[in-house]
Parts: sequence; structure tokens; C-alpha cells
Amino acid sequence: MAEQKQDVLQVRNLKAYYQMAYFGVEREVRAVDDITMSIHENEVYGIAGESSSGKTSFIKVLAAAIRPPLRVVDGEVEFNFGGQKIDPNKASKEEVDAIRWSKLSYIMQGSMSVLNPVRKIGRSFEDFAFKPMGLPRAEFNSRVAAHLERLKLSPNVLNAYPHELSGGMRQRVTIALATVCQPQFIIADEPTTALDVVVQKDVLSMIRTVQQEMRASVIFVTHDMSVHANITDRVGIIYAGRLVEEGPTRQLFAQPKHPYTAHLVASLPRIGDTRERPALEGRPPNLSDPPKGCRFHPRCPLATDRCKQENPPLVDMGEGHRVACFHTDKVKPLIELGQPKVTRMAEGAPA
Amino acid sequence: MFKVVADLIRYNIEFTIGVILLTIVIVFALLSFFSPYSPEMIYVVIPDQPPSAQYWFGTNSRGQDLFWNLSFAFRNTLFFGLTVAVLSRIISITVGLLAGYLGGWVDRGLMFFNDIFVAIPIFPILILFYFVLRSDLDTFRLALIMACLGWPFDARLIRSVAIGLRSREFTRHAVFAGMSPSRIMFQEHLPYVMPIVFSTAMANMIWSIGFEVTLGVLGFTNINIPTVGTTIYWANNHSAMVVGTWWWIIIPVTLIVMTFLGLFLLAISMNEYIDPRSRLRRMGG
Amino acid sequence: MNDILEVRNVTKRFGMGGVFGRNHITAVNDVSFTIEAEKPEIFTIVGESGSGKTTLARMILRLETPSEGEILFHGTRVDLRASRAERLKFMHEVQPVFQNPFEAFNPLKEVDRYLISTARTFLKLTKQSDIEQAMDDALQKVGLSYAEVKGRFAHELSGGQLQRVSIARALICNPTLLIADEPVSMVDASLRMAIVNLLKSLRDDFGVSVIYITHDLATAYYIADRIIIMQKGDVVEMGPARAVLDNPEHPYARLLKESVLSIDDAGYGDLDPATELMDQINKDRTGRTKMVTRDDGRLVRVAE
Ligand SMILES: Nc1ncnc2c1ncn2[C@@H]1O[C@H](COP(=O)(O)OP(=O)(O)OP(=O)(O)O)[C@@H](O)[C@H]1O
Ligand SMILES: Nc1ncnc2c1ncn2[C@@H]1O[C@H](COP(=O)(O)OP(=O)(O)OP(=O)(O)O)[C@@H](O)[C@H]1O
Ligand code: SF4
Ligand SMILES: [Mg+2]
Ligand SMILES: [Mg+2]
Repeated sequence: MAEQKQDVLQVRNLKAYYQMAYFGVEREVRAVDDITMSIHENEVYGIAGESSSGKTSFIKVLAAAIRPPLRVVDGEVEFNFGGQKIDPNKASKEEVDAIRWSKLSYIMQGSMSVLNPVRKIGRSFEDFAFKPMGLPRAEFNSRVAAHLERLKLSPNVLNAYPHELSGGMRQRVTIALATVCQPQFIIADEPTTALDVVVQKDVLSMIRTVQQEMRASVIFVTHDMSVHANITDRVGIIYAGRLVEEGPTRQLFAQPKHPYTAHLVASLPRIGDTRERPALEGRPPNLSDPPKGCRFHPRCPLATDRCKQENPPLVDMGEGHRVACFHTDKVKPLIELGQPKVTRMAEGAPA
Repeated sequence: MFKVVADLIRYNIEFTIGVILLTIVIVFALLSFFSPYSPEMIYVVIPDQPPSAQYWFGTNSRGQDLFWNLSFAFRNTLFFGLTVAVLSRIISITVGLLAGYLGGWVDRGLMFFNDIFVAIPIFPILILFYFVLRSDLDTFRLALIMACLGWPFDARLIRSVAIGLRSREFTRHAVFAGMSPSRIMFQEHLPYVMPIVFSTAMANMIWSIGFEVTLGVLGFTNINIPTVGTTIYWANNHSAMVVGTWWWIIIPVTLIVMTFLGLFLLAISMNEYIDPRSRLRRMGG
Repeated sequence: MNDILEVRNVTKRFGMGGVFGRNHITAVNDVSFTIEAEKPEIFTIVGESGSGKTTLARMILRLETPSEGEILFHGTRVDLRASRAERLKFMHEVQPVFQNPFEAFNPLKEVDRYLISTARTFLKLTKQSDIEQAMDDALQKVGLSYAEVKGRFAHELSGGQLQRVSIARALICNPTLLIADEPVSMVDASLRMAIVNLLKSLRDDFGVSVIYITHDLATAYYIADRIIIMQKGDVVEMGPARAVLDNPEHPYARLLKESVLSIDDAGYGDLDPATELMDQINKDRTGRTKMVTRDDGRLVRVAE
């Protein structure tokens, strides 16, 4: 493992539920259920998991962007910005506003919802970034223009309304918005899902560059495993509101220890490969009434009676590879990873 | 639907109070069917009796038992409010959905009409109708006229919802599933505007009953039909407050305030219910 | 005529409120291709975000009118303001599959309404048993059955199931052409292959042609017969899918292939943009260009 890095974020036993009691119908969706993890400085941490597994809910808690019915039920989140410790869900609004955008920025899922549909993009930049950056107007404008240039966006977009841009362009604009203040901690929710592969790679490399320039930490959420493979240093797999596996990227892809991860890695189609790949049977669990025991057991090929009763704890298998499964010894990787194209190691990648 | 109402009653105090108030008024109005006297008859009881065990609401100067007389009045008034609400809802749903879904020149045409109706001064129009129709202006005709005047704001509201629905993907899906425009509007989109329809119906009833009372008090309706408005008209006519037959005014006013309060509380709790977030949660099931 | 679809020199311009000056934006520029009736195929459109793929699909579906050029369907011109009967006749043959399965169904209504309506309107069935039979047949093709779907709401089905129901619905009227705009981009990796395989079996077993719009070159390689690659409204390369993807010629096509991320690089982060290719593309775009035909049947845009 690389040198001991400082934790920028610690999450302990975090539980966040959607609690709804409307007109008597009480419902509790356990979108985040007992997650413990930490994020080091200068790393990109990927969060993967299928649709509606609770990825967005989890990072909303981290980014202090929760609103009822989502509530933090238990546990804590602690950011450490150069000694300044803060739990965004317990801090006052002023404290949170002071770090938002300048220290902690959040790229939301669905770029359209961030951009105000009736305001030109340029105005949105002013709304978000002018105050936190605290620069004179001329310098602010040139900084924004230079930043857009870096993201290969024409400065003309500043005069456009969001609906006039294609999905891809909107997505890039939001990323530009979130990174223009050079924050130390960036949380990005599916920022490249609507993009073509060229722009996707571009944006990823841009996020990577910004991150490395500033030794920032990034949490990167997507269901696309090939994106995780390329941008992250570590990956955490969330299944039904729980962290089921976490580890250094290469190791997790090469030797997945959880049956779900093994399946996720193997289900990726590749150019030049026409072998058929099985789809996972069954449906994602209903989070308001999750299965007892291991939440993966109804779909797990290795499930035993124990899995149906007990909840497997997250166990460290060494080198920061943590897995929540009783039968890790029986999990075999379903595919072999090829040799990486790049032999040169990206900076910050695991040794 | 039943479950929703039951939950509303249990958890929403405004709704509960509203339901109680309205139930009292409605039951009272329904009692008119058991009235021993016909509402037109006068001098059937001793006039000017204060409320007592025999005459619960007292009697008026025209020799009518106020209890029975008022129950007729409330029956007519509530019927009037309901008719206006139902008819104007039908118009506003049709106009709103058509304009919102079809768009283009249909939308422009309908919204042009809509704006005209918004701009019309209602009160002078009603008085004009009174002078043209005179005693032909019965409760139902008045309700028709009010219905024709009471839809434009709500139609606009419904239109804005329908415009949002038009660009949803499931609408395009429905088109390619061969559903006709009317089916898309009245089966796919209508459920989304129903909550709005319910809550605006309450507000609409307050509005139309308010107008009816105002017109009645001023004598601009057929004064031989007992309604809340005409009751107060007659009371004024006989200088009820001056002569000391206060119950003739206070009781109908109390009851109509109860009705308004009940409807208002229902409208509020309905509003809460249709709040998009709670609605989304319900749809997310 | 034995072409199902002929897209002839189609151009679409949108007037935009002063975004790029007061100019119009050309979303689709002079695109032509045909899909023949005899050989069903999967025709893939890939390309940049904002290169006009969705606009092209919408024009084929008559949701948008071309600014120039025409779209012929069985040799006749597609008219947006046709009568309802005409429109139904068209929809009988051309059906869409939408991108987001969760948005494609009314959350307040049962999923099977769409199936019933399709069977009723297009197959002119009236008997309940016939309708159910038609629905069941179509659902069987996608690996579902009517019993599984009957009376269910969208939130009771998974994304993959919904997307399959959506495809089954389109299949009820036995279309000759299916237009799928990014049908897999919202579903997770484990379901992606299931849907892609389904599209393949539609072509092979049921003779349906599919226009498949995607960002995912790997699945395109896996199922497509022909591919067109679009960039900023222009077609830059077009031809047999495997040949083009194995060995793309136009710089943008090469760039696309280069940019596909592979999990083989897991942990090593291959994110360097192919700068040379990009420079070349920018250079090429300044001059006049034309399409030329190559020996293997592909068309490539080159500088004049
Ligand atoms: N506002 C809400 N009210 C109630 N439940 C919600 C709400 N938002 C999300 N949920 C539920 O919480 C669970 C987790 O949702 P979340 O958005 O976190 O998933 P996700 O992993 O981000 O999925 P995706 O990949 O589709 O974005 C889901 O079951 C979802 O239905
Ligand atoms: N209604 C419209 N008005 C103005 N411009 C539009 C409109 N629809 C699309 N455009 C523009 O046309 C271009 C092509 O858009 P289109 O949605 O077809 O791209 P796309 O290839 O589908 O992109 P993506 O991969 O992001 O879905 C974009 O530049 C977009 O901004
Ligand atoms: S604990 Fe059991 S059910 Fe859960 S993933 Fe491991 S083997 Fe499967
Ligand atoms: Mg999400
Ligand atoms: Mg598109």
C-alpha cells in the first residue's frame, strides 16, 4: 500500500432513511444502511452499484444536500479540511455555506436540475462562483473563460439557456461550474452518463487533472464499471444501501471477493468480444422491506442458510480490501483482466 | 380513495374539522326533506318567536319556522354551489387539457377566450342577467351562469400541468401505442389534474356561494326561493336587527360561516395533499 | 420500391436565440441512407453528444420536420400533418423504444394499458382473448409473459423488465422498423446485454430492422450490421459495422474507438486524450469535405 494518507472524510455507521408518514401511510426506505468508510486526501474514490441501490442518497448525505423525507438516522460524517473538522449535517447553515463550492462541491445527478432553466449559463456561473471566489469581476470573467476553454467549451455557452444545449454540453457546463472554484473535495454523481465516449474520457481526464493539481479528493458515482476502472484509486460497491465490498481498484477488478462484484465486473461487454454474458437473475431488493440477512441472498448463487439469517459484517481481507460476505473463499473471478494498455503508472495509482 | 380519506381524517386536523363542519351543514340541509311545511308557505307558525324547545331556531316575522326554512335555504345554496363547482370543473378540465395537450392554435384560441373571461367584470354581468331574466332566474339558471364565469383561472392551472405532461416520455409512448388524443387527455393526463380539480372545487364553491349570498342580500335573485341570501334579504326587509329578531340573521350567518370555514379547511388540507412532493411519493409507491 | 426507409439529404436547422451569434444551428447536415426491406439489419448510429442523433430519430418518427431533404417511407414522403389514419398506418410499421424505461410508462396507470391499446388500434382486435393472445406472443418474444405483466404498475417492475415490456409493446404491431434511442444507457451493466441480445434476436428471428442509437461502441460492435458515425451533424463514416469499428478511417471515428474505456486498465487510469487525432479533426473541419466510397463498401468523409 502507498504511504499512509490523511483521511479527509470519515463516515461512521451512517444510516439515512427516507421516512415518510403521509396521511397515515408510514414508509421507511433504508437507502443508506450502516456505511462506514473513509476517504483519503488526493484520491478518487468510486462508488458503484445498480440503479436505486442508494448511491445518490449516500452522497447527498455527504454533501449536506439532504431534505426531508431523507433523514440521517444514525452515525456521523466528518470532513477534515486541513484541520478544520466539520460534520455538514450538524453544522450551522453559515458554516456549511462557507465550505460549499469553495471547499466541497457537488455535481448533482441530472445536470438540468442544477442549471436554472430561465437563467443564462453565464448568470448561473455568477450565482454559484462569484461570491466564493471573491475576485474582481474582470478577473472572474477571464478565469471562467479560461476554465471553459480547458473543458473544451466555447465561451458562447455563457450566453445560452440550458435547454439550448445538448445533454452532453449541459453536463460539461455543470462540471465546469463545480470545479471553477478549485474545491478540495469534489462529489460527482453520474457526471458522464449522458456523454459520448470521447467527451466522457475528456471529462474524466479533466476531473483527474484538477484532482491531481490540487491533491483534492473526489467521490465519483456511476454504474459504469469501465469508468470506475479508469478513474478511481479505490472503489466501493453498494448493494441495497450497504457497502458490500471496497478495495484498491486493480485488486477489486482482478480479484473480486463478493459475488455481486464478480458479476458486475464480468457483465461488461468489450469490443472484439462477442461471448454471451448472463444477466443477473431477479430484481433489486425493495429498500422499504429489504430481505433479511445478506441482502444479496435472493440473487446469490452461493447463498446458504446462514446468509438468509445473518447479516455478513464488512471484514478487512488485508490491504484495505474489505468485503461483506460469508463465503469469500468460494468467489472466483468470472473473467480474466487483460494487460493494461498503459504500463506507465498513473500518479496516485496503487502500487 | 377511501383509505386516503380515512387517513386524512385521522392525521390532518384541518381536514377533520372541515369534514365535521360540512357534515353538520349537509345533514341540516338534508333534513329539509322531512319538513312539515312547504318553504313557500308563510304564516304557518306564530311569528317572531325566539329560539325555544319548540322552535329551535325561532320563527321569523313572516310566520315561518326558521329551522325548516333554513334547511331549505341551505339545501338550495349547497346545491347551487355544487352545481357551479361541477359544471365549471367540467369546462376548466376540458379547456385546460385541450389547450395544454394540443397546443398550437387550439391553445392560442382557447387561452384568448380564457383571457376574455378573466377580464369580464362578474358582478355587473350578474346584475344584468337579473334584470333580463327577473323571476326566471332560479337557482339552476344562476348556477349555469356562474359556472360559465367560474372556470378560467382553474383552466389555466390545469393547462400548465398538461403542458408539463405533454412533453413527458409516457405521453409520446401513448401516442405510439395508438391512443387517440382524447384518450391520452382524459385517461392518461386526467388523473394528474384530479387533485387540483378537487381542491379548486372547494375554493370555487366558496366563491359562488359568496356571490349568491351577496346577490340574494341585495335582492338581485328570485327572492321567493329560500336560499341563504334571500333569507338574509327578508330579514333585512323586516328590519330584523332593529325589531330584535336577531336569530333571523345570526343563525344563517353562523351556519354560512361554518360552511365557508369547512370548505376552506378542506381546500387547505387538499392542497397539502396535492403538494407535488407528497404526490410524487405517493406515485413512487 | 423495396426500401423500408430512405433518408435523402436530410438537414435540420434549429433557430436559436442568439447562442452562437444570431445563427441557426445545424443539428443534422445532409444525411442520407437507406434501409432495405429484404434484409433486416441493425443500423447503428453513434457519435458525439449533440451530433444530431436524437434529432434524426425524431425526424424519422415524424416528431420533427426536416428543414431540407426528405424522408421516404416505402417510397412515399412522410408528412407530419397527415390524417390520423395515415399516421396510424405509419406507426403500425415504425415504432420507437424510449431511452428511460422508468419515464416511458405512466406511473399512475397499469403497464399493460399500452399493450392493450396497441393491440386494439393496430391489429384491430376486439375480442379480449385475441388481444391477450397478441400481447402474450409479443411478451414471449422478449422473455416475459402476459401473466407477469398483467395489472402491474411501472414501479413494480425493474428497469430491465420495463424496457423489455416497452420493446414487446412495439413488437405487437409487427413493425418493420424499430427506432431505439439509447435503449440501454439507463439500465445497469448486468441488464444491458440482455436487452442487446434481444435486439439481435429481433433481427435474426423476427426480421425486424432496428435503428440503434448508442454511445456504447462495444454493444454496437456486438450486434450492428451497419454503422454511421456522426459528428456535429455530419456523417463522417458509414459502412459495415465490424469493418468500420475494427479499423476506423476517419479521424473522428478513430478517436471514438481510442476513447472507449477498458477495464483491462483497471487501476492504471488510461485517460490521456488522443491529442493528435483531435488536432487533425479540427484541421479537417475547416476545409470543404466530401464523402468517398472505399472498397469494403464504407463511405468516409475526406477533405476535398
Ligand atoms: N424522495 C424520495 N422519497 C422516497 N424514496 C426515495 C426518494 N428518492 C429516492 N428514493 C428511494 O431511495 C432508494 C435509493 O435511491 P437513490 O436515488 O439513492 O439510488 P441510486 O443508487 O442513486 O440510483 P440511480 O443509479 O438510478 O441514480 C430507491 O429505492 C429510491 O426509490
Ligand atoms: N428543439 C431544439 N431547439 C434548438 N436546438 C435544438 C433542439 N433540439 C436539439 N437541438 C440542438 O441540436 C443539436 C443536436 O441535438 P440532439 O439532441 O439531436 O443530439 P444527440 O446526438 O442526440 O446528443 P446526445 O448524445 O447528447 O443525446 C444540439 O446542438 C442541440 O442543442
Ligand atoms: S453472504 Fe451469502 S448471500 Fe451474501 S453475497 Fe455472500 S454468499 Fe451470497
Ligand atoms: Mg443516482
Ligand atoms: Mg440524444
